[in-house]
Amino acid sequence: MPDKIIPEKILYSVTGIFDHPDEIINAAEQAEKAGYKKYDINTSYPVHGMSTAMRIGPSKLSYIALVFGLSGTTLALLFMWYVSSWDYPMVIGGKPYFSLPAFIPITFEVTVLLASIMTVVAMLFIFFKLPNNSHPLHDTDYMKMVSSDRFGISIQASDPLFDEVKVKDFLQNLGAHHITPIYFDESEISVKNTVFEPKFIGFLLAVFFATAGFTYFSLNYILAWGPFNWMWNQHKLNPQKRSELFSDGFGMRMPVEGTVARGYMPYLYKGNQAAASKYMINPLLPTKEVLSMGQQKFVTFCSPCHGYLAKGDSRLRGQFPNPPSLHSEKVRNYQDGDIYHIITEGQNTMPSYAKQITREERWAIILYLRALQRSQNAKETDIK
Amino acid sequence: MSFDYSKEIPIIEGGPKLADIDDVIARPLDTRPDRKFYIALSITLTMLAIGAVSLGLTFYYGIGMWGNNQPNGWAFDITNFVFWIGIGHAGTLISAILFLLRQKWRNGISRFAEGMTIFAVMTAGIFPLIHVGRPWLAAYLFPYPNEHGIWINFISPLIWDVFAVSTYFTVSLIFWYVGLIPDLATLRDRTAGKIKKILYSIFSLGWRHSNRHWHHYEMVYLVLAGFATPLVLSVHTIVSFDFAVSVLPGWHTTIFPPYFVAGAVFSGFAMVQNVLIFVRKIFNFEHIITINTLERMNKVIILTGSMVGYAYAMEFFTAWYSGNPAEQFVFINRAFGPYAWAYWTMVSCNVIFPQLFWFRKIRRTIPYMLIIGILVNVGMWFERFVIIVTSLSRDYLPSSWRMFYPTLTDLGILTGSFGLFFTLLLLFIKTLPVVSISEVKSVLEGAQPSHLHNGSEEVISHSSNDSGVNHA
Repeated sequence: MPDKIIPEKILYSVTGIFDHPDEIINAAEQAEKAGYKKYDINTSYPVHGMSTAMRIGPSKLSYIALVFGLSGTTLALLFMWYVSSWDYPMVIGGKPYFSLPAFIPITFEVTVLLASIMTVVAMLFIFFKLPNNSHPLHDTDYMKMVSSDRFGISIQASDPLFDEVKVKDFLQNLGAHHITPIYFDESEISVKNTVFEPKFIGFLLAVFFATAGFTYFSLNYILAWGPFNWMWNQHKLNPQKRSELFSDGFGMRMPVEGTVARGYMPYLYKGNQAAASKYMINPLLPTKEVLSMGQQKFVTFCSPCHGYLAKGDSRLRGQFPNPPSLHSEKVRNYQDGDIYHIITEGQNTMPSYAKQITREERWAIILYLRALQRSQNAKETDIK
Repeated sequence: MSFDYSKEIPIIEGGPKLADIDDVIARPLDTRPDRKFYIALSITLTMLAIGAVSLGLTFYYGIGMWGNNQPNGWAFDITNFVFWIGIGHAGTLISAILFLLRQKWRNGISRFAEGMTIFAVMTAGIFPLIHVGRPWLAAYLFPYPNEHGIWINFISPLIWDVFAVSTYFTVSLIFWYVGLIPDLATLRDRTAGKIKKILYSIFSLGWRHSNRHWHHYEMVYLVLAGFATPLVLSVHTIVSFDFAVSVLPGWHTTIFPPYFVAGAVFSGFAMVQNVLIFVRKIFNFEHIITINTLERMNKVIILTGSMVGYAYAMEFFTAWYSGNPAEQFVFINRAFGPYAWAYWTMVSCNVIFPQLFWFRKIRRTIPYMLIIGILVNVGMWFERFVIIVTSLSRDYLPSSWRMFYPTLTDLGILTGSFGLFFTLLLLFIKTLPVVSISEVKSVLEGAQPSHLHNGSEEVISHSSNDSGVNHA
């Protein structure tokens, strides 16, 4: 292995310590006078008059508070207007939908909430660029002293006027002690990308599995714990469940003999296609609405076997006994009553569709089928 | 007795040095908890466990475990809620309003009072949740687009309450944390423990005590105090709207908002005073939380107590002057009906006993002020009880009148709320600086520059040997 190259230490700043607040104010004023720009005063509490001594203008953070406070006001009012007057208008207590006096409390709270949060967030993360625990001043004796009871000045090497010897002299003349240079730590300069480190990826995976496991567990088990389990368990019999009450054990009971279902209409020509053909007449007219209903029902119930064009060429061809084409001579010469009868009772392998298709829908299907028959067997005269 | 009014009383007594402040305030954090701490903690944890069991029973069997029943839809639950929210108000008053009023004596007690605010609001927040019976459905209180396609009713005071209390909690927490950052940085730089150092580093966010930061920090602190001041007034105002907006005699009163706010500050100061008496004794903070500070708090107590007494009188006057028989009945019923014992407990604890603070001796003697502080809190709890229960138990319809009697579960939850509050407080005392290090330092004698700079003329005096900044 090659020798590890020890990088030259990079100077961050030169620091000096004072013991008295008067001295630090003086130091700040002198630093301003000497023209230093990139310097800082570190004291464990705010020293009065320091902002003036350091010639820092008024903080702009109050504007952030103003902007976000007004945004909060506007958002709250807009939101309540949207909810109460637009999306879900409801008269409450005879008040108008948008009753401003009653909206004041929430508007005020949202204003304060947004302004406070955003001001602090802006201060900490944007103005101060915190969190920053890898600043060169950290873990130095200088920081330990100013953190407790001393007053420190730190003149940074990045200042255009910086000259290590001159700055040390400058601090010496001001009466500072503990004048020390502060260097960057190696780790502070060469920041490595740690996102793809196995440790971090493992941590992400652990978080992922813990969250997923917890969510699964709570949604599937915790929510079902008593006493309140979303009314999942109720004292009633669900369909297909066994009953202890009846001797035959069936939870679902047969209706009493002779029960007639609501809307039931007996079919007069049961097993008698000839009569159906003779006496039944289509009550519907081939209007646009009727045809489109017929088409919809045809596509749903008939086309799986007979095909979209009723040619008997459906997607189920070959899996069932092949259904016949409805364009044969025989079908085309059927009366409407014949087709109605076949839909109602079924024929050969075709079951009855009486339960799926209402009477009216059957007639509509027939009208649609007639239209199909005519379109597939069009004569030249039809084009004219 | 004669006083020298030309000299300002020092806020921090004994002229300690800056470094002493670090040592004194950080001592509870550096030392292992002693036996007394564990005894105290076991008592509060027992109370907390009683509350937890009572709450468990409530969740399992339902609200029927409480004494609430028609017409007393609210009783201990909302009484406790208003009581605890009120306790919280003192903290914000001390940290924000007294800050804006430049009352420097607040610096020694503000951190502790803010902590109490947060714990009191946490305790209070339990009650609106549990009184709905199914606290796990509380998310319905927030306006979020949901599968039902409906929204909450923004005209309801109960919704205002949700916004007020959650905003109050959030802003108090932010205010508290912003104040803690510099102190955590100081602790970070003085601690020897490795884990402590990591924790302090994380939570101090790498604060460097930079004056370029202090400059903005002071502005933000001012802005936050400016927001917290109307906020604290709004919170109890909105809590009082829960009652005042209804049409029940005894609740439907426009005096409620100021009356509630005064009562909140009253009880909060009594609670802060009570707890501080123990804290300053146990941790030797007597020179930081001085007897002068306590006396000032007692003065606030007598002021707000008198305001509350005035409100009691004015309620009676309004009932008489309105000529409304229902209103008049309620107030006569309060004073002479079946709950007269509660009413007169309230009046004597809130109006009569605090008047003893007019005597300087009582104001400045620890045992007296402790007892009066406790009485004030008892009285303020009964005030909410009287308002809620006497009004509800006998409203417009005499046929449905019914007395409210608390059950064991009710009492258990009340005990548990005190257990939670004091448990959190005890943990706070041992984990974070209960006195603001940087704020106390800034009001030490000699901690600020001894002169004003005006342009070229500079008079620097180094002869201040009597100053606190003496590194001999």
